[in-house]
Amino acid sequence: MASGEFTIKDLRRILHEAAGEGDGADVDVATIDTDFVELGCDSLVLLETCSRIERELGIKLDDSTLFDSATPRALIDAVNAKLTVYQAS
Amino acid sequence: MTSQVVVTGIDVVSPNGFGADDYWTATCGGKSGIGRISRFDARRYPAKLAGEVSGFRAEDHLPGRLIAQTDRMTQLALVSADRALADAGVSTEDMPEFGMGVMTASSCGGFEFGQGELQNLWSKGGQYVSAYQSFAWFYAVNTGQISIRHGMRGPSGVLVSDQAGGLDAIARACRLVRDGSDLILSGGVDASICPWGWVAHLSSGRLSTSEQPERAYLPFDADAAGHVPGEGGALLVIEDAEAARQRGAARVYGEICGYGSTFDPKPGSGREPALRKAIEIALDNAGMSPGEIDVVFADAVAIPELDRIEASAITEVFGPRQVPVTAPKTMTGRLGSGAAPLDVAAALLSMRTGLIPPTMNVTLSPEYDIDLVTTWPRRASVAAAVVLARGHGGFNSAVVLRSIG
Repeated sequence: MASGEFTIKDLRRILHEAAGEGDGADVDVATIDTDFVELGCDSLVLLETCSRIERELGIKLDDSTLFDSATPRALIDAVNAKLTVYQAS
Repeated sequence: MTSQVVVTGIDVVSPNGFGADDYWTATCGGKSGIGRISRFDARRYPAKLAGEVSGFRAEDHLPGRLIAQTDRMTQLALVSADRALADAGVSTEDMPEFGMGVMTASSCGGFEFGQGELQNLWSKGGQYVSAYQSFAWFYAVNTGQISIRHGMRGPSGVLVSDQAGGLDAIARACRLVRDGSDLILSGGVDASICPWGWVAHLSSGRLSTSEQPERAYLPFDADAAGHVPGEGGALLVIEDAEAARQRGAARVYGEICGYGSTFDPKPGSGREPALRKAIEIALDNAGMSPGEIDVVFADAVAIPELDRIEASAITEVFGPRQVPVTAPKTMTGRLGSGAAPLDVAAALLSMRTGLIPPTMNVTLSPEYDIDLVTTWPRRASVAAAVVLARGHGGFNSAVVLRSIG
């Protein structure tokens, strides 16, 4: 988040915290377009992850983000789109 | 009951033993797991003793992902389920997933996890409450997590009737097996030794305030003055006898052959408490006479009025001092929904080893005309046993177990 942008590294860290230490999904640059389900992330892990992203960044994601973001890239894009809105206002 | 329903696997997580062998050695040796509470600072609470499962580290047994989303009681239950299935020699991946189910009892749900999330809610705000709280606190969570972990997708559920629930769940498991399920994992594991759980326990007004572990829980003693709560329980693998034989089950601990449950009349009605009736229904259900029973595992509340009711029920059904009675839970405390499954495990181990474990620290009050096994285990040929359990609010349950000869 140093650059003000939400990155795959940020998602990876938060996902690991949400899923349990040492047992986070294998989210990385190589798997950025892999479906969360294939990565072993169920909807609850994503719900907890989105909640932690909101807390950390001080933003409120749309309810649909959770269900519309099938891959790490989609979720990162949604977070960054929201961040842009917040930074503009 | 028509077809034979048998127990083919047992596991125990108890304050005085981790695993069935460990528990049985401790129990027959009179080793207690009751001590000062270590899980939180209980100095300012009126009751300061509990039976804690010491030395359990969830990370030694479970992946981090499961630990993050589970209460301690579920972690204990998951480990116990793994070992009960292993004891039965069952590989769940080799069995039809809809033929296997999970039927546990719960008395309060995941209190420690829930307390943490309530603290987050009131100190930081709703956005800090874990998504996992939605199920981690819930009564059915042990059943659900075991079901998911082992792909046991057949009929499953949870029964909530305080301490009687442990027997009610096992009886329900038997019915599911008779209705065609191949295998049901059943029993109960509770753990609520945290401040929130403790105030809930205190509200019953039945906790011992003694600070001496060997004087705190004295059922059927003239000095009975409440009980000590504990954590843990037991899980059992329950199958149809013929199906277990066909699968090549390594051992059969015994048959669950009778069950009865009743509800007490309204307090003040003057009508007789219904525990005696529950025992009679269970014996009738098993097609057995009182004289065929070799031991009774008592509920043993250690509240004089309730001890009196239980001793009277036993004396009326079996005759004065006609059957050995014991309460090994004097070494673990009362484990909520885990207590009766632990007693069922103990009864089955009695059959296997020919030993009735003792009721520790108790001097039988002359008021009770029962043959209470105290201090030392008693050698006995145990072919049939009755386990009793009562739940706060009027629940009474009895289960009859029989060895397979």
